Amino acid sequence: MDKIRNLKKSTKAAFLNYGIVLLFFIVVQILANGGHLTNSFKGQLIPIVSYVIMALALNLVVGISGELSLGHAGFMSVGAFSGVIASMTMAGSVGNGGLRLLIAIVIGALLAGLAGVIIGIPVLRLNGDYLAIVTLAFGEIIKNVMNCLYVGVDGAGLHMSFKDTASLNMAADGKVLINGPMGATGVTKLSTFTGGILLLLVVLIVIQNLVNSRTGRAIMAIRDNRIAAEASGVPITKHKLIAFVTSAAIAGAAGALYALNYSTIAPKKFDFNTSILILVFVVLGGIGNMTGSIIAAALLTVLPELLRKFADYRMLIYAIVLILVMIATNNEKVRVFMRGLGKKGKDAEVKEEAANE
Amino acid sequence: MLANLINGISLGSVYAIIALGYTMVYGIAKMLNFAHGDVIMVGGYVAFCSITYLGWPPVLAVLASVVVCTMLGILIEGLAYKPLRNATSLAVLITAIGVSYFLQNAALLIWTSNTKVFPNIFANLPSLKLGGTQVAPVTLITVFANIVIMIVLTLFTTKTKMGKAMRAVSEDKGAATLMGINVNRTISVTFAIGSGLAAIAGVLLCTAYPTLMPTTGAMPGIKAFTAAVFGGIGSIPGAMLGGILLGVIEIFGKAYISTQLSDAIVFAVLIIVLLVKPTGLLGHKVNEKV
Amino acid sequence: MSENALTPVLETSHLGIDFGGLTAVDEFNIRIAPTEIKGLIGPNGAGKTTIFNLLTKVYRPSRGVILLDGKDTRSMSPVQVNHAGIARTFQNIRLFDKLTVEENVKIGLHAHISYGMFSGIFRLPGYWKEEKRAHEKALELLDIFGMADQADVRADSLPYGAQRRLEIVRALATEPKLLLLDEPAAGMNPSETAELMNNIRKIRDEFQIAVMLIEHDMNLVMGICENIVVVNFGKIIAEGTPKQIQKNEKVIEAYLGSGKES
Repeated sequence: MDKIRNLKKSTKAAFLNYGIVLLFFIVVQILANGGHLTNSFKGQLIPIVSYVIMALALNLVVGISGELSLGHAGFMSVGAFSGVIASMTMAGSVGNGGLRLLIAIVIGALLAGLAGVIIGIPVLRLNGDYLAIVTLAFGEIIKNVMNCLYVGVDGAGLHMSFKDTASLNMAADGKVLINGPMGATGVTKLSTFTGGILLLLVVLIVIQNLVNSRTGRAIMAIRDNRIAAEASGVPITKHKLIAFVTSAAIAGAAGALYALNYSTIAPKKFDFNTSILILVFVVLGGIGNMTGSIIAAALLTVLPELLRKFADYRMLIYAIVLILVMIATNNEKVRVFMRGLGKKGKDAEVKEEAANE
Repeated sequence: MLANLINGISLGSVYAIIALGYTMVYGIAKMLNFAHGDVIMVGGYVAFCSITYLGWPPVLAVLASVVVCTMLGILIEGLAYKPLRNATSLAVLITAIGVSYFLQNAALLIWTSNTKVFPNIFANLPSLKLGGTQVAPVTLITVFANIVIMIVLTLFTTKTKMGKAMRAVSEDKGAATLMGINVNRTISVTFAIGSGLAAIAGVLLCTAYPTLMPTTGAMPGIKAFTAAVFGGIGSIPGAMLGGILLGVIEIFGKAYISTQLSDAIVFAVLIIVLLVKPTGLLGHKVNEKV
Repeated sequence: MSENALTPVLETSHLGIDFGGLTAVDEFNIRIAPTEIKGLIGPNGAGKTTIFNLLTKVYRPSRGVILLDGKDTRSMSPVQVNHAGIARTFQNIRLFDKLTVEENVKIGLHAHISYGMFSGIFRLPGYWKEEKRAHEKALELLDIFGMADQADVRADSLPYGAQRRLEIVRALATEPKLLLLDEPAAGMNPSETAELMNNIRKIRDEFQIAVMLIEHDMNLVMGICENIVVVNFGKIIAEGTPKQIQKNEKVIEAYLGSGKES
């Protein structure tokens, strides 16, 4: 017991998160074996895991790196479609579904990470609002390009076109994999709940170990004070890029997991609204708080299914909550008021004293 | 070619009017008012309802739309942005996104997602023949309105007391406060003007492209922000130049490259501008204080 | 002092910067010996912090040369200047608010902790070894100011004086040859200031580094600086030992002319 008490706060939080995920897995397994799960909930399991991973990825950028990305659905899209292409091309050569899922996820992550590098290198020099709007722009560009993308496969290998399926010039046995605005059709569903949970655990390990290391410390230092970080000898762009690319790759992995859960998937699924939805998860769970992201993403993916009656009000309520959370956590008066309510009154006094000097 | 150029200038003039709202708010409150595009949408709906349901004449409808949007702008600023005056830009931007989503979804509940067809309020006006191309009255009025608004705004910011206060706040909030300028009121007035302009832009946009949905304002809003950045954020002539250039680029992109990729082209312009000249065509650099 | 015999740790010549046609600093020429404590004083708005910003490359000089240990810093970024041996504190405190005191110091140690991102993610032996070393080093440095017991406290919940001290520890952790302190005693009471003076001397003696400090507290400046440079309107108006400076008429005039000075 003493050993646990001596662990650092961050380590405790990390183990709490692994515990939550494992507990969720076990509870779902028990309920499923007992036949207590409805089909609609079973259908929700992989989307839940995908969105939890997306929320964790975005939180790495928003909470840890302190930059707003409004285009994360774009990375999810890159991962989704490259994952689908990979899994479909391997259909003949790799028999094991689990192995194909793994390879598809890895390829999805690699390509989304590559997109992250291409986007990140130029834009991470920008600050704040501009960076946010450029990520939004890139997200829209990715969606537009995916809408015009046609990919097919035949004996000779992959064919690609930005015009239509006819210009793919495939042999007679050719099969269309990605069909422009229609997206991917006839996808073999490979994603499994267990596979999703394993991916989620790996993602948690990567993010939490990264954050609690020299690199993560540097990323957070830049978030808290860029000029002081520079003066302390911490390279800025390199660390912002590490956070951004890691996050993009994770989003790509989530995209592949998500897409391989459906037989058809269209590019418009990964639009600006999806980016915002994930941002809502991150903000509601608490910016920088990974446990919060997990819970918020899971609950907010399940709840709308349960509360179909209020579907019309859902986004309106999200919007109001978004505004209220930001005001509650950022307004000095509200913060002092909240501290006054809690036991932390002393904290606020110290701060005010400092401000008065 | 000429027809495309005219279409481009027409669309660009709408972007320019929206961009003016962005550029003024960004210049003075130093925030990206993400909800600006959605105020346009509200303006469009108010004018639509006044004409279609109440049978008001177009002039009165435009006026109603301006009044509603101006008040909406002041309300949004006071309720959502003012409490965050000293917060990080991340917090303010997320709040602005929240406001944007609020307006879109409130509109969805009030007016449903069914597309409304906006009446052609300039139907009685004659069109102009220019080198064999018909120029629609809405194009002429949009370009004319754009020029008038720019001249009036330039005079306002250089000649009036409030305008000078705005420029002072945009230069240095702290110093402006010391000079006895009411910063909160100045920011509030800026939002009022920007939102009033958004109403006019909304009516013009909906007349030129007569479909009205809760998401009508979102894309033009983001593109107009692109225009404001292109021209140099904080600069009034920059907003006009950026708006018109962007409109022309978009129409030409649609005509000669790809209809589906025209948005991608517009955003590519934004990215290139930010990377090559982050201060925009007519903007100037602001040094960070250390 | 054998300062004349050694290469100066810092030497500037004709250093200057203009902001939009306005000359903020001009003809700034100084030499700092390897273990010297130098004061940089002058009325408010004289350009003292601007000089620090030039030396650390936060601003790019409009003209002039900065030689750090004989090396020209012309092409260096702020990060490279730090690696080359200049560390600083800030007039308006710039800590990493949401990190703990210990983590703040470890950011200073960043360049001296040698394991990569992958060792961190996969917790390879390098991670454990280097983190342990960094932890010990951070506590050792914090102990100079008796702050080791506050290692796990979040930086923004420290009292004001402790925040200033933490900035010094963080700067020291980067293993500089020259430490720039921007108003280290601001907001401190007299007993805290006296302790700070002792600590600055102790740091110099123990780490054998040079210190340049901007300070309005004349007791501190006169008490620990071996040499003082006085600037006004971005130019050096006097230079010398505390005794010489106290008698210098130009200095007296600059201070009286500018009105009140704390």
